[in-house]
Amino acid sequence: MHADPKGVLTGVHFLDGDHACCEGALAAGARFAAGYPITPSTEVVERFAARIPTVGGLFVQMEDELAASIAIQGAVWGGAKAFTVTSGPGFSLMMEHIGYAAMTETPCVFVDVQRGGPSTGLPTLPAQADMMQARWGSHGDYGMIALCPNSPQECFDLTIQAFNLSEQFRTPVMVMLDECVGHMTEKVVIPPAEQIEIYPRRHTAEPPDRYQPYAPAEDLVPAMAHAGEGYRFHVTGLTHDERGYPSMNVETQDRLVRRLQAKLRPLAEGLELFAASDLGDAEVAVVSYGITSRVAKRALQLARERGVRAGEFRIISAWPFPEDRLRALAGRVKALIVPELNLGQMVYEVERAAAGQARVRGVPHAGGGVHDPEQILAAILEAVR
Amino acid sequence: MTEAIPHNPVEPFLRVDRMPHIWCPGCGIGTTVNCFTRALLESKVDLNRVAVVSGIGCTGRVAGYARLDSFHTTHGRAIPFATGLKLANPGLEVVVYSGDGDLTAIGGNHLIHAARRNIDIKVICVNNMIYAMTGGQTAPTTPATAITSTAPYGAFEPSFNLVQLAESAGASYVARWTTYHVRQLSRSMSEMFQKRGFCFIEVLSPCPTLYQRRNKLGDGLDTMKYYKEAGKIRHGAPTSEAVLTKQGEILLGKFVDRDRPDYLELMRRQLYEQLGDRYQEAEVPVCA
Repeated sequence: MHADPKGVLTGVHFLDGDHACCEGALAAGARFAAGYPITPSTEVVERFAARIPTVGGLFVQMEDELAASIAIQGAVWGGAKAFTVTSGPGFSLMMEHIGYAAMTETPCVFVDVQRGGPSTGLPTLPAQADMMQARWGSHGDYGMIALCPNSPQECFDLTIQAFNLSEQFRTPVMVMLDECVGHMTEKVVIPPAEQIEIYPRRHTAEPPDRYQPYAPAEDLVPAMAHAGEGYRFHVTGLTHDERGYPSMNVETQDRLVRRLQAKLRPLAEGLELFAASDLGDAEVAVVSYGITSRVAKRALQLARERGVRAGEFRIISAWPFPEDRLRALAGRVKALIVPELNLGQMVYEVERAAAGQARVRGVPHAGGGVHDPEQILAAILEAVR
Repeated sequence: MTEAIPHNPVEPFLRVDRMPHIWCPGCGIGTTVNCFTRALLESKVDLNRVAVVSGIGCTGRVAGYARLDSFHTTHGRAIPFATGLKLANPGLEVVVYSGDGDLTAIGGNHLIHAARRNIDIKVICVNNMIYAMTGGQTAPTTPATAITSTAPYGAFEPSFNLVQLAESAGASYVARWTTYHVRQLSRSMSEMFQKRGFCFIEVLSPCPTLYQRRNKLGDGLDTMKYYKEAGKIRHGAPTSEAVLTKQGEILLGKFVDRDRPDYLELMRRQLYEQLGDRYQEAEVPVCA
């Protein structure tokens, strides 16, 4: 189906990443947001609070991030599309409900505008150090989808995609901005509503007496019902069977938890999102994401100017990790260079995917700024020496 | 001639396929559920429009037994979940059914803010004065000197007076009963369904397994006798006087029944005032 035109601000705009993200949510059909103020993410919900009363929906400012991250799930079960927005310290608090959303298969979107950590860290300065937290932050085993925009335009586009994926796979989806992408202002083109594809909620077609809330369809994703429709279903964060009833035994746990991971397999095997350039003749590739990919672009230009055959692999869907793609790439190049605004997170995934076929070298940065392109260039040059 | 009753009248409200329940003999939670189903019957609310939201703990299991749309959420977070559910779908009657530890310790912040906002949700707080599910640890409601598994020499922290807390935070309706006072409790619950705004009913309930036993207070029946003797009904009494002590007097009744505009009313009023015809009320359900 196409986007509801009420939420689509069609036109050419000059927006920062946070505002573009909000427009993406509105275009995707989000009509409910709950949030708690935190730098550098607050602009997303500030814009939502200003826009939503004329679109038809509401924003509620909750008492903390724990509340915001579960209020959106109440709204989803009430029939809305909903999201929340935060940064590191708030993201830590939201982990509890990322797990709840994964376990209860509640489609919803979490936007994390990453700043320096740990703890309060660097409230106004960038980092990319929540990447592993996005994947593993809540306890237990579950699958995860996380997308990494590198421009305001992508903040718009990928927020729509995040909502679509969350509906398609019935799972929480993370949109992993960083402070730079969130606060950089660029041209954002918002297309007409009829050009925006929306994945509709997977509402059950079964009548209430035949509905099983957690009986999976062929693609392992169960269909939803909303409260108030007469289905009288049960939802629990406890291990549950197809009826949604708690069932605490090894068999149910195994069936449920394996399905929560397996249902996302298409995203690692064909539907993964990435951007590649100059890889055809490359002997070295820079693997990056978010703001770091913009810096890496310059380093790659400098390398090409020096005659080094260097190419770019930009991770867009960090989770599920595009493992097969990177494994194939590792078989064709001498080295993979992984700059990121942390002291080593995705680099270990790249190393795992490369499986010894190519050298993998991280270019760590503790956050608070971005790399100097020369640092990445130095790593490229050293790799081909 | 009277007809034979083919089933228990509360059966349609329960997921009988989930019985037997997990509650211990003498526990009062089942009694509160009985009162709740009677209140649903009497108030003639459309059961397809009632949602029950619970947190974690013994009372948190109520959601799983109620044959309604029901949500067993995370520890302490039933109220913010219910807030999202209600705001996205205001036609629902949203009931939060949970315990004292869940709602007032880990969830205490959400409780006071929901009362402040006067969100139209109905909270039933079963107070057994202890964390029962995890084995009888001290709760914010445990009275001084009571023995718990984490206060083996007796609790000494001052405890919360929940009805005073709810009133101070802004609740529209506040009452307290015990599981001995089933008719009054049921009536209060019915009354709550007629009320718009944040409602809070505290129900004292025995935990014979962990609280009564450790404190040598007998079994469930002994607790009923205590509730009967110590319970003093004083509607409208100042909640500041409703302090609970170990085996002391229990002030009961409806303490607060006031009309304050609820969250959605205030929000709509403000937005209409500022935006006029540009204001669009949300469609429900928002996404079909």
